[in-house]
Amino acid sequence: MKRSINIVSNLDWFSVALWLTISVIGWINIYATGYDDRHTGIMDYSQQYGKQLIWLLASVVVAAVVILTDSRFYHLFSYAIYGGALFSLVLVLIFGKEVNSSQSWFEIGGISLQPAEFAKVATALALARYIDGRNINLTSTASLLKSLAIVLLPVALILLQPDLGSAVVYAAFVFVLYREGLNPFIFLSGIVVVVLFFVAVIFEELYSTMVIMAVAMVGVALMSRRYMMTLTLAVAIAGVAAATLLLDRAAGFNIGADRALMAGAVAATLLMVWYNFRFRIRRCMVLLLFMTASIFYIYTVDYVFHEVLRPHQRERINIVLGVESDPLGAGYNLHQSMISIGSGGLTGKGFLQGTQTKFRFVPEQSTDFIFCTVGEEWGFLGSAAVIVLYLVLLMRIQYVAERQRSVFSRVYGYSLFSVLFLHFFINIGMTVGLVPVIGIPLPFFSYGGSALWAFTAMLFILLRLDSERRSRLL
Amino acid sequence: MNDRYLNRRHLISAMAVVAALVLLGRLFHIQVVDDSYSRFAERNVVRYVTRYPARGMIYDRNGELMVYNQPAYDLMVIPAQTTEMDTAGLCDMLGITRESFISRMEAASSYSRLVPSLFVRQLSSETYAMLQETLFRFPGFFVQSRSLRDYSLPVAAHLVGYIGEVDRRTIEADEYYRPGDYYGISGIERSYEEALRGTKGVSVYMVDVHGRRSGSFRDGAIDSDPVPGKDIVTTIDLELQAYGELLMQNKRGSIVAIEPATGEILAMVTAPSYDPSLLVGRARSENFRSLQSDTLNPLFNRAIMAAYPPGSAFKPFVGLIAMHEGVITPDMRFECAPGYRFVGCHSHHLPQDLPGAIMSSCNAYFCQIFRRIIENSSFGSVSEAYSGWNQRLHSMGFGSRLTADLMNELPGFIPEPAYYDRFYGEGGWRALTIISLGIGQGEIMTTPLQLANGMASIANRGYYYRPHLVRAIDGEQPGELIAARVETGIDSLDYTHVIEGLSRVVHGGEGATARHIALPEIEICGKTGTVQNPHGENHSVFVAFAPRENPQIAIAVVIENAGFGSTYAAPAASLMIERYLTGTVTNRWREEHILNFSTLAADEEEY
Ligand SMILES: [Zn+2]
Repeated sequence: MKRSINIVSNLDWFSVALWLTISVIGWINIYATGYDDRHTGIMDYSQQYGKQLIWLLASVVVAAVVILTDSRFYHLFSYAIYGGALFSLVLVLIFGKEVNSSQSWFEIGGISLQPAEFAKVATALALARYIDGRNINLTSTASLLKSLAIVLLPVALILLQPDLGSAVVYAAFVFVLYREGLNPFIFLSGIVVVVLFFVAVIFEELYSTMVIMAVAMVGVALMSRRYMMTLTLAVAIAGVAAATLLLDRAAGFNIGADRALMAGAVAATLLMVWYNFRFRIRRCMVLLLFMTASIFYIYTVDYVFHEVLRPHQRERINIVLGVESDPLGAGYNLHQSMISIGSGGLTGKGFLQGTQTKFRFVPEQSTDFIFCTVGEEWGFLGSAAVIVLYLVLLMRIQYVAERQRSVFSRVYGYSLFSVLFLHFFINIGMTVGLVPVIGIPLPFFSYGGSALWAFTAMLFILLRLDSERRSRLL
Repeated sequence: MNDRYLNRRHLISAMAVVAALVLLGRLFHIQVVDDSYSRFAERNVVRYVTRYPARGMIYDRNGELMVYNQPAYDLMVIPAQTTEMDTAGLCDMLGITRESFISRMEAASSYSRLVPSLFVRQLSSETYAMLQETLFRFPGFFVQSRSLRDYSLPVAAHLVGYIGEVDRRTIEADEYYRPGDYYGISGIERSYEEALRGTKGVSVYMVDVHGRRSGSFRDGAIDSDPVPGKDIVTTIDLELQAYGELLMQNKRGSIVAIEPATGEILAMVTAPSYDPSLLVGRARSENFRSLQSDTLNPLFNRAIMAAYPPGSAFKPFVGLIAMHEGVITPDMRFECAPGYRFVGCHSHHLPQDLPGAIMSSCNAYFCQIFRRIIENSSFGSVSEAYSGWNQRLHSMGFGSRLTADLMNELPGFIPEPAYYDRFYGEGGWRALTIISLGIGQGEIMTTPLQLANGMASIANRGYYYRPHLVRAIDGEQPGELIAARVETGIDSLDYTHVIEGLSRVVHGGEGATARHIALPEIEICGKTGTVQNPHGENHSVFVAFAPRENPQIAIAVVIENAGFGSTYAAPAASLMIERYLTGTVTNRWREEHILNFSTLAADEEEY
């Protein structure tokens, strides 16, 4: 009995409270999307909110089971669990049910399970176990590659389904690797390359180029504190761009303002090389080189995208990125989603008063686009509250992870943090048009058992590990 | 515990905070700052109006316009946006009953309450004008413009095919289509649907509660322009096609003309036919029903779907096979009794060589060489020799579909050995059992297209290009059609003897079967055929190509129930050839003879 009392008193009840609050708010919103005059009882199991209620109760059971399991189990069996998860990912390719042309579901007795969701937990455990090992140092290439292999193996299997959304989430583990010693340059470059890729495909080059330049100029000004020099650089960019543009008009090549700006960027970089010899401000030069490289990268992506790829390949990427220009096609979801969120205004239309979401304008209303209901019915204040709740949960998980004494628990905690963070940012980001439409659920919030149970298990494994952090070193 | 990277937690925290702030900023912008969404929420609804692309036009080989577009207006409804209104007034304007209004509304609602559905198709211009003024009184209704087909001449209906509303299955199979859309159902319209249809665009409007447009949503930021369909240049010579249809009026049958050097179909006439504009517009379904129930079956494309025994027109191919198998030489002569066994012949008595036998169409000659083919000892058995004959026919384009772009084409029929095994038992049949195949009668069935293609392969002395209907799509050649050159596998030298015979059919002396169709300047190589028809008057058949050197046109003419091939089919072929090669017709009497001839009973002529 003493053990269980210890667990209860050592449990991080703050996290539990956050988990419960978010899950309940999620259910309320699922209720709102399913609500209409014909179905009013909350126990109507023909409706999604009725089923979700059962799944919520089941997730409490999941939480309890996880909490009552000996924490050594997770450490000891981490590789076995990982192996099992990989196996289930293979099985689903063979026996899975095909939904929306990807084969990612098991159907067992009326319940659909998505192994990709559970594989995240297993991957977190296996990665934690690996990094916890002796002589593991992520600055060494061998260790890094092995860690990457642990993450990429399930990704490869998930891409075979194919379920791009679930696979993308595994990018989150890069945060864990960074925290545990990954070269920060690789980490930041990786993030910049990904962000710029989306920027290049989604936005006009002219605007992207201008924003990158502005950021670079501010960076140079702050780092060098030579404001006149920065001003000169800015004038040089503008001057060379304008001159290029005028010359081009005269010559009739019609290269456009964006490419003229590129000439400006090259000119500014050359100027900076000269400044570097005079003032010895190497970091600024690197920054400007980085700026020019980014701009060229954007153009390369854009060129490859529009000139090299064939139309059907382009279309496929466009659909994945949600930038399909046809509002009746893939872009339709996004516009409808933004309309319903935007129409919520400051305070929202009130519980069950949403018209856009009620009319089922938005597809995947209760799963991937559940945040639309929050935005429409609860307005900016409600949306902000949900975002703050997630941020607090994330901060709390990071705090819990940091207070672990074992590397295993810390890495595991960070894995949870990172996966949760990516789900949170991508899901809400896509409903407001910041991130390409990638179909992944909002943790604890979206309709569906698999994700809810997987995230609940993942959270409570950390809480269980945390409850024993003082008593034993794993 | 040594944790060298402890400080990194700050950057990670910062990223989470920044991400949350970015989301908050974005939400603040779209929910509080930018009121275009809120305005929409309070009073407006967004309406997606599909902007239909103009369907691609269809031209003939000389750039003459065949099919183009005419504007039409459909009344659409979004059930969720309808409110209390003057229903009676609307019914009045549209000329529909209250019941019809209710059932249309229910049909629309059952598809979707939120997506526009077709309410009344193709409004008359008066109704359209009236509606434009009063539409604001009927929230949820709006007019959508689209284009219908129009035809420069009332010909080539089967070739171009027709378009019609998509069915549910097509909508489910292809995301492009929405209920009420049109798509190609037959002919070129169907084969080249994807090229012709273009890409739809969309305009997004804000619409107030009265159904009035209150502006473009987000200043047209998400609007897109329709991309027009691609224009198609066909291989058809519209003038020749029209002339062929004129010649075939009041008859049943078909004319197919092919350019031998390319496989391009110059004309493909089927009779009776119909005016393609009958299947456009509001009367479409009514007209379609009456065409369907017409006893003359005008929707049936005889050129590619009707299969006839080829009759004597088949003899040149029998001769080719015999030479190829080495069972005869072209100068070998065969007795004519007259006739051979139970097959009769005309009143000539001289033993003929191959060119002579083709010229006089000697049945005895072809029965005997057919017997030699089937009893060829270099094959193990009759059945195997027959299989060899069968394969040869397939390689000459008989017995299977020829075209890539005519969906309804039928393969005709060349019986397999197993077919006769079933009838006579294995080994129970010999050359004499099936001797009528040697003169193109019996079980063999060919389509007019296959006969024309067969003549093209003779004109080319041993190969043909798969017959096709399209030369260019948006200026580009559809490559796979051009590349498909098919070799018959028969020596070109063998062809010269057959061609000599075919030339003598028209230009030979005593006994030539089609001397009366000779043209002053053009050497026609042809063959008559009279197809025995157990159900009535024989079918008149003529196949030909011209000129003999550097052939420009290969043709097959089949006129049902018209008797001897030389009487009607041959002059018709001659007229077509002359018209195509010279642009005019010199022998008016010959033209009148065909034009005035009718095989349709007087009471059937109305169609
Ligand atoms: Zn004879």
